[in-house]
Amino acid sequence: MAVKISIEHVQKSFRIKRNMGALKEEAQPLSALHDINLEVRQGEFMVIVGPSGCGKSTLLDLLAGLTTPSSGRILLDGKPIAGPNLDRGIVFQQYALFPWKTALGNVEFGLEAKGVGREERRKRAKEYIDLVGLSGFENRYPHELSGGMKQRVAIARSLAYDPEVLLMDEPFAALDAQTRETLQSELLRIWETTKKTIIFITHGIEEAVYLGQRVAVMSSRPGRIKQVIDIPFESRSSEEDLRSNPEFVRLRHEIWELLKDEVVRAQEQEKSKTLDSFKSADARKGVAKHG
Amino acid sequence: MANGRAGELVLPKAKESEAARWSLAALRKLFKNSIVIVVLLAIWEVTPRLGIINITFFPPISQVLATWWQLLLSGDLLDHTAASLSRSIGGFALAIVVSIPLGLAIGWWKPVAEYLNPFLELMRNTAALAILPVFILLLGLGETSKVAIVFYACIFPLLLNTISGVKNVDPLLIKSARSMGLNAVSLFRKVIVPASIPTIFVGIRQAGASSILVLVAAEMVGATSGLGYLIQYAQFSFLITEMYAGIITISVIGLIVNYVLVSLEKRLTGWKQNARE
Repeated sequence: MAVKISIEHVQKSFRIKRNMGALKEEAQPLSALHDINLEVRQGEFMVIVGPSGCGKSTLLDLLAGLTTPSSGRILLDGKPIAGPNLDRGIVFQQYALFPWKTALGNVEFGLEAKGVGREERRKRAKEYIDLVGLSGFENRYPHELSGGMKQRVAIARSLAYDPEVLLMDEPFAALDAQTRETLQSELLRIWETTKKTIIFITHGIEEAVYLGQRVAVMSSRPGRIKQVIDIPFESRSSEEDLRSNPEFVRLRHEIWELLKDEVVRAQEQEKSKTLDSFKSADARKGVAKHG
Repeated sequence: MANGRAGELVLPKAKESEAARWSLAALRKLFKNSIVIVVLLAIWEVTPRLGIINITFFPPISQVLATWWQLLLSGDLLDHTAASLSRSIGGFALAIVVSIPLGLAIGWWKPVAEYLNPFLELMRNTAALAILPVFILLLGLGETSKVAIVFYACIFPLLLNTISGVKNVDPLLIKSARSMGLNAVSLFRKVIVPASIPTIFVGIRQAGASSILVLVAAEMVGATSGLGYLIQYAQFSFLITEMYAGIITISVIGLIVNYVLVSLEKRLTGWKQNARE
């Protein structure tokens, strides 16, 4: 199958001013992503899994065109990504719905940006609200909807303007376990209906194995692609419970083995970061006392 | 047959009792909302009559209301009210027209906002009335100085709230809109402005309250018309009931202004208001 997205030698580093104020250290570049290479095929469901703080969301921002790589390039259909565009839709963990718009208004938002006429907009928005199973809730405001419903609206909004690629940034992480499982299987159904290319970021191994055709495992910071694993299940929407399938269990374990050390390392990084910030806070306090 | 009749009898009764329950709830609410005021008014009426308070300086409410009615009939009250309202609405409207667009612009350019904020905080916390002498010196005793002082008192709460409204728009909403390829202009129009409306309205309400407050004080210092002038003049001339009539008028106007602004806010930010219920 044709390559949809190819990520070639992408690096991303930030300049973060740490210990500002008291110690006035020079801004030190922090490497978030290191030499990322990944190809995503047309219509593929690709899951990227990694420990927290490994740069998964940075990678998604790059794919969305919200930031640019420090080096390397990302190609969409062979052309470099120049910026945000409606050919890619994003679904965020925190829904990012506009609270002053109804569910329908939110779904129409992207269509409006695309320049679709009023009538057509309404018609299409209704179709997608229907697709995510929210008919009857068109005129509700986001605060009147549950978390799962909000995420359905967000998915409908991103699908409505018909992007070629759907980027999902831990979309189900804020939901309770049961809602999450329902939405996972709904997402698979939607993916099979719409045939979109999906890049799905998560830190859940089970979620990764359940959803992905391939799972890319990332290392702790600076993030690299450690390994890409094929998940060879044919039909996921079958009756039997995939999660208790021995093959599923084996794959989940394989990924856990790959991730285990990374998670430990990520937690160490987190700890030292927290300690650092405490130290600098203490230093600042000291200065304040003497000053 | 008997059953049918019983049913017929029961039905209107049920309706009646439901209607009764409704009106009972309404009555209870009315009672809750008004009982404290009614009691205070009663105390106002009774204490001077019993000689507990000096009746000359604190006439019973019934006398005050009678004077108020006479002032209304003579047209004096309307003239003063009109004078006050035109000044306060003028300054308030002018402040809205100037400071909301200005605040949106300042909030959008964050560095500008960071430079200006300390200055705006300073100005807001400088009591407008402290500057009144300056306004009178520069603009004279006419209408201009009064409209100007109201404008001054309104502009800072409006500016500060508009700026903070724009600055505090959820970055995720901006990110989401940007990911849909919105350019700066439509991002501003479709995301920043609607998202900051609730905070802007806080400023509008604060400004509405201070527009009346400041105006009355300004009219007491230097004016030949207006409710502030009426109160001050009545006190100097020992027309005590007139003075109280003026005070009551001002508190009623304040109440009405607040009510109008709150209901406007409810209409414009209904999506948020519901969440609090």
